[in-house]
Amino acid sequence: MSRPVETFYDVMRRQGITRRSLLKYSSLTAAALGLGPAFAPKIAHAMETKPRTPVVWLHGLECTCCSESFIRSAHPLVKDVVLSMISLDYDDTLMAAAGHQAEAALEQTIAKYKGEYILAVEGNPPLNEDGMFCIVGGKPFLDQLKHAAKDAKAVIAWGSCASWGCVQAARPNPTQAVPIHKVITDKPIIKVPGCPPIAEVMTGVITYMLTFGKIPELDRQGRPKMFYGQRIHDKCYRRPHFDAGQFVEEWDDEGARKGYCLYKVGCKGPTTYNACSTVRWNEGVSFPIQAGHGCIGCSEDGFWDKGSFYDRLTNIQQFGIEKNADEIGTAVAGGVGAAIAAHAAVSAIKRVTTRSQEQGEQDS
Amino acid sequence: MALEKQLELGDSDDRVRKQTAVYVYEAPVRLWHWVTVLCVVTLGISGYLIGSPLPTLPGEASDNYLMGYIRFAHFSAGYILAIAFIGRIYWACVGNRHSRELFIVPVWRGRWWSELWHEVRWYLFLAKTPKKYIGHNPLGQLAMFLFFVIGNLFMIVTGFALYGEGLGAGSWADQLFGWVIPLFGQSQDVHTWHHLGMWYIVIFVMTHVYVAVREDIMSRQSLISTMVGGWRMFKDDKPD
Repeated sequence: MSRPVETFYDVMRRQGITRRSLLKYSSLTAAALGLGPAFAPKIAHAMETKPRTPVVWLHGLECTCCSESFIRSAHPLVKDVVLSMISLDYDDTLMAAAGHQAEAALEQTIAKYKGEYILAVEGNPPLNEDGMFCIVGGKPFLDQLKHAAKDAKAVIAWGSCASWGCVQAARPNPTQAVPIHKVITDKPIIKVPGCPPIAEVMTGVITYMLTFGKIPELDRQGRPKMFYGQRIHDKCYRRPHFDAGQFVEEWDDEGARKGYCLYKVGCKGPTTYNACSTVRWNEGVSFPIQAGHGCIGCSEDGFWDKGSFYDRLTNIQQFGIEKNADEIGTAVAGGVGAAIAAHAAVSAIKRVTTRSQEQGEQDS
Repeated sequence: MALEKQLELGDSDDRVRKQTAVYVYEAPVRLWHWVTVLCVVTLGISGYLIGSPLPTLPGEASDNYLMGYIRFAHFSAGYILAIAFIGRIYWACVGNRHSRELFIVPVWRGRWWSELWHEVRWYLFLAKTPKKYIGHNPLGQLAMFLFFVIGNLFMIVTGFALYGEGLGAGSWADQLFGWVIPLFGQSQDVHTWHHLGMWYIVIFVMTHVYVAVREDIMSRQSLISTMVGGWRMFKDDKPD
């Protein structure tokens, strides 16, 4: 060990951030994580005393929207401190180093903090053609991902790409892009889905892990419960219109002007787990439903393959046809109905003819 | 069999026609059947309206609660259906042997298969006369199991998985049935499958009602009145 690892607070002071700002950040973060006021001093204390946890941020097949979201986090401390702490180690789109230097920085971090660093993955690996569809530093991203994951303490899957596969894994998925949990099977993975995820959710998850030194409580699918425990619909400010049966029927109708529920025009809020309706976007300014457009369900598995964003009932592709449940159901029920009618007709004829035959036999 | 009784009925032609009656469906089974009928009708209509809601209502949101009422009807009927189904399973354990027919299909019996074949031929108008059955005929029993028991179970499991989403993470429905959602992919997929399940039940109901009416007329035993009064009446005393 050349020098002791600095704490978060050291890094913050080095960045010119006051203690007052740290305390404000701590209380805001405690509130965002749903921890209550008692936890604010604990977060501050942890940031003052704990050595900072190194983070390595890898980029696979992705569009960098997760990074774009992250650097627009509402609280300046996050942008200045958390991000700079991360870029200190490795983030090929944000770090100062480039080329061989950047790759050397990655190797150095992996070697120095073996088993202690957090691996954050944005994007996902394509498996087809031995991973040749995504090359980082002259090698398939698949190899870099496996290499970096081997000695990581925990893995964060940023965005829907890393969590579910997103657009590059949508039908017909020519590159065979897969979510990272198909490749990394021996480490805890925290999924932070969304396209992109909300900045405050991303920084909240990172802050939780850095300060408490453990991963947040996850649901069945590996998402932090504190942000993905409820559906958009459960906390939507248009929910009263849903319960009242007041819907936007057309995009330019009276209901749309009055801000009625977007359920009928395909809002996926009822089936999407995310914090948009509470945390909102861009410093709490708005979120899609508030802007008058339905939720497209971007934080849900395979949302690109669920038919139109504007249909309530999604198309079913399993049968090789693009029809929704009602279209399939009506067709089959119609067929069965016709068969029943035909069967009933034949039964009636049969009954009449056998009757007359019996009658004939009796008469003779 | 103590429950069997012989009825001598006079005919207009002075010929004596014998009718044998057997007590088949005990009171809890009949009650369960008709409760389930009411639930399925309520669930089908309210469920369809949840997928394709009625036109927008005028006025303030605070003056209306239509979608809320429709969902309430759906959820309460779902609860009643599920609890009644559990009760029905209990009765299969303690009731008479006909109460078990719904759940145990004797596929290991050669005779069951040959009678199934005979019933298929009867429905294809190839067999001239049907056989007599005290309980279900093999084709009916198989259809009941595949369409009703499996369909009902599927709807209960997917239904409560979706209901658990509303109750929230950690609720009893989420604990018991929450695993269903990742199994299908995501919530939207479970909704779609639950919706397809409705059509499966609709097809079952159509066929069930048709066959019950047809058998009541054309088979050699009573059907509809049996589910009301419990007694199976045979129309002739010829051997099976």
